[in-house]
Amino acid sequence: MRRVILALVSTVTGLVMLLSFKTHQTPLTASTAAGTGTGSSGSTGSSSSGSGSSSSGSSGTTGTTSGGGTTATGSKTVTGDEAQTRYGPVQVQITVNNGRITDVETVEYPTDTPRDAEINQFAIPELNQETLQAGNAHIDMVSGATYTSNGYITSLQSALDKAGL
Amino acid sequence: MSAHHVEHCMGTVFSIDVRDAGPWDDAIAEVVAWLHHVDAVFSTYQDGSDISRIRRGELAAADADPDVLPVLELGTEIEAETGGWFSVFPGGELDPTGLVKGWAVERASGILLDHGSRNHAVNGGGDVQLAGEAGPGQPWTVGVADPHDRTHVLTTLTGRDFAIATSGTAERGAHIVDPRTGAPAVDLASVTVVGRWLSRVDAYATAAFARGAGARDWIDGMGGYEAVIVGLDGETTVTSGFATPARTPAA
Repeated sequence: MRRVILALVSTVTGLVMLLSFKTHQTPLTASTAAGTGTGSSGSTGSSSSGSGSSSSGSSGTTGTTSGGGTTATGSKTVTGDEAQTRYGPVQVQITVNNGRITDVETVEYPTDTPRDAEINQFAIPELNQETLQAGNAHIDMVSGATYTSNGYITSLQSALDKAGL
Repeated sequence: MSAHHVEHCMGTVFSIDVRDAGPWDDAIAEVVAWLHHVDAVFSTYQDGSDISRIRRGELAAADADPDVLPVLELGTEIEAETGGWFSVFPGGELDPTGLVKGWAVERASGILLDHGSRNHAVNGGGDVQLAGEAGPGQPWTVGVADPHDRTHVLTTLTGRDFAIATSGTAERGAHIVDPRTGAPAVDLASVTVVGRWLSRVDAYATAAFARGAGARDWIDGMGGYEAVIVGLDGETTVTSGFATPARTPAA
């Protein structure tokens, strides 16, 4: 079941992207595999784990600029134009292998906001070890297992909200 | 004027705390509308939601709300990153619930950024995205709830521009499953993960909790993420990025 849905999703993604590519034929630009700047633009909103690098065209063999034609030299990664959706830009990258789309990656999600490099920096927060006496620690927010609406009523977060409202 | 708002949505409560000079009425209204929109699209409790309709085969993902495909794509990325310990198909059926709240909160923070707020916090049921700082020169302080006594704070974390999420059984019982077996994860009391953005921080906390004993080593191997892990016996361990170990709570 799960595989079926996944396959469906990626097929559907491919179709959607093909459609949107059709409307953006000219601006297609080729890019070498991993260097599309997913990380630097913070497009997926996190992680240096290189979500954008995946399986796409390891060698970046062609690196040419035409979107349509496919050479016999192997896979080619093409990054499409930004598509504007209700909630922000979506940009996808497809890998074409011998004329067939073998991978579709979303390199920019509508989660994106114009966050600058400073905002994307991450410094590990400081873990404070001093014993906390009730009432003497200033706390802005509380993280814990997800409470229900009812559980919230008696939560520490609820007390903080009451104090701040 | 700063602003503080509490919104019930998605079966939990969202707390929005903006520290910049306002007004913020329009920005908060947009965040509130966003959260309810996400609920309407992704809820597995509402029969008419896009996800419910996709599950029943009544709606193709491509015809659904434009946020659906990116979320499913993000979910499959995170599944790979977590070695299968997080999945938007837990137990085999499409259910992106474990991803949606953190993602929605991260985006809520993005809405506030777009409206010009550089310093704010958004808490979705215990998972928090923090932007900037609490006050000039003053980092945010976030308490980590003690899973064995929810009225008690185990430790606090102070920092700027980070996200923090906790997975555990303290509030809703053994609801986190090992996506590979469908069996409830019961090895730990709670896992709290910090990192830059809440989408992955939240999903990684869930994955680490499902992993149980292997959680600390796994997070230690993930660049840009740290964790506070509480065992069933109350013993607290932390990942190596936190310079010194957290205290163990007194019995």
